[in-house]
Amino acid sequence: MSLIEQSVSAIHKQLREKEITVSDLVAASYKRIAEVDDKVKAFLTLDEENARNYAKQLDEALVGKTEKGILYGLPIGIKDNIVTKGLRTTCASKLLGNFEPVHDATVMGKIRASEAVMIGKLNMDEFAMGSSTENSGFFRTRNPWNIDHVPGGSSGGSAAAVAAGEVLFSLGSDTGGSIRQPASYCGVVGLKPTYGRVSRFGLVAFASSLDQIGPITRSVEDNAYLMQVIAGYDKMDSTSANVEVPDYLASLTCDVQGLKIAVPKEYLAEGVNEDVKNQVLAALKVLEGLGATWEEVSLPHSKYAVATYYLLASSEASANLARFDGVRYGVRSDNGANLIEMYKESRSTGFGDEVKRRIMLGTFALSSGYYDAYYKKAQQVRTLIKKDFDDVLEKYDVIIGPTAPTTAFKIGEKTKDPLTMYANDILTIPVNLAGVPAISVPCGLSNGLPVGLQIIGKHFDESTVYRVAHAFEQVTEHHKAKPQL
Amino acid sequence: MARITKEQVKHVAHLARLSFSEEEMELLTEQLDAIIGFAEQLNELNTDGIEPTTHVLDVKNVLREDVVKESLANEVALKNAPDQQDGQVKVPSILE
Repeated sequence: MSLIEQSVSAIHKQLREKEITVSDLVAASYKRIAEVDDKVKAFLTLDEENARNYAKQLDEALVGKTEKGILYGLPIGIKDNIVTKGLRTTCASKLLGNFEPVHDATVMGKIRASEAVMIGKLNMDEFAMGSSTENSGFFRTRNPWNIDHVPGGSSGGSAAAVAAGEVLFSLGSDTGGSIRQPASYCGVVGLKPTYGRVSRFGLVAFASSLDQIGPITRSVEDNAYLMQVIAGYDKMDSTSANVEVPDYLASLTCDVQGLKIAVPKEYLAEGVNEDVKNQVLAALKVLEGLGATWEEVSLPHSKYAVATYYLLASSEASANLARFDGVRYGVRSDNGANLIEMYKESRSTGFGDEVKRRIMLGTFALSSGYYDAYYKKAQQVRTLIKKDFDDVLEKYDVIIGPTAPTTAFKIGEKTKDPLTMYANDILTIPVNLAGVPAISVPCGLSNGLPVGLQIIGKHFDESTVYRVAHAFEQVTEHHKAKPQL
Repeated sequence: MARITKEQVKHVAHLARLSFSEEEMELLTEQLDAIIGFAEQLNELNTDGIEPTTHVLDVKNVLREDVVKESLANEVALKNAPDQQDGQVKVPSILE
């Protein structure tokens, strides 16, 4: 039994017909991890004993049980910035190396209620700050398609584990592209939901006005299954939206006849690799063949998105990460004579370089005398960027472009200069600033590495995004390509 | 001209409760200067009269009823505390 060949519906059919058990599925997951995770390094923590016991419980309860959870028996991995009660949650930071949450994130409660089996916690850039998973405080995750390349980030572990067939699917989080870019680099499907669609309660906050949890899967249909479970209003998250959640599976109709697609010229401009551009144009041709039409449009403020994002996200991070002071949790340094010194020593030894750099940038942007020039200015530009999207999405159903300007880059290639790394997020960041939903789906290979197609929708219209992604997937073979490990 | 000086970086580091070696401070000054320089491209845009966006959703303060509910037990709340005494978090001296 190999998870990489499976889907939610195929597994559920085999379970129904008693060809396999949940214990078989969980065993397959840990077997694959034992085989390939030395190379891929996707997992930070495994929850093997609990997972195997839970699988056994589900198998035993199955006798005579008719009502099953929507994700019954399916092996899932969770990004390590989503708190899991009683299981180490580190955010890939040394500072939280020994942190054991005392409650579950809202999404974890929903995952458990759906009867999925939690396999373990996945590597990431420390506190989700990065685009390559090279900023993990523990080790680097590698791209299953070519282990000399990065898996993307910050949800690099979540994307790599799915691509490598270690779990059926996973949860990631996306602040500036952290689900879509690794999904693109690893050849899997990743959705960033509309801001407010999925509860952030129990997601360790990086930039609260941008963060969203979302599903990473091998197919669009599996993505819709997982999204159905995690979406919805939560009174524990004051920015959660009280908007009805539609039936996402029902949106997978394959019908895109008459669909109006906008293609921003800025998303196929200089800096976007030729191969990537050609694969995206080929994908548009496929959608045209299905009855959709596309036109070139402009999102004129796109070039300002990276600067806007780094000011706003870092400012919010500097406030959110103030809680890590070595007092109530985390690692405390003994080298502090007084309280302030203890804070400084604990934070300086616990945080990695990129996290410290962003806290510094954010503290500077918020500090007296600079607030208006940097923080407020960036918030005003955010208004302009959001308006670009509102204007285009008033006339078109979706916006399509590449997820990232290139395929996965080499490990170490962009670590020297922070600005080079930041620029890599230029096609995903605007979506977070506007708060709209977007998916990355595989649309081909370039030099043996996956290319991702990004489909962006209107606020709370994940259904249309899924419909387009699924229609494309059904008539192409790209999502069936698998890495050789 | 440098947009940000080492003295400013030292001040910001104190505000952020971070400490750096002299060498780290040099590198950080250089890197922050480059990032701030990059961010100054936003000044190309005239934003007079444009409302700042804090949140994309029309969110307002969310209030709940002020009712007593069960909360974490003391020992659970202290489970992750690096140092504790008599059911309380213990910290280094806060008075000189």
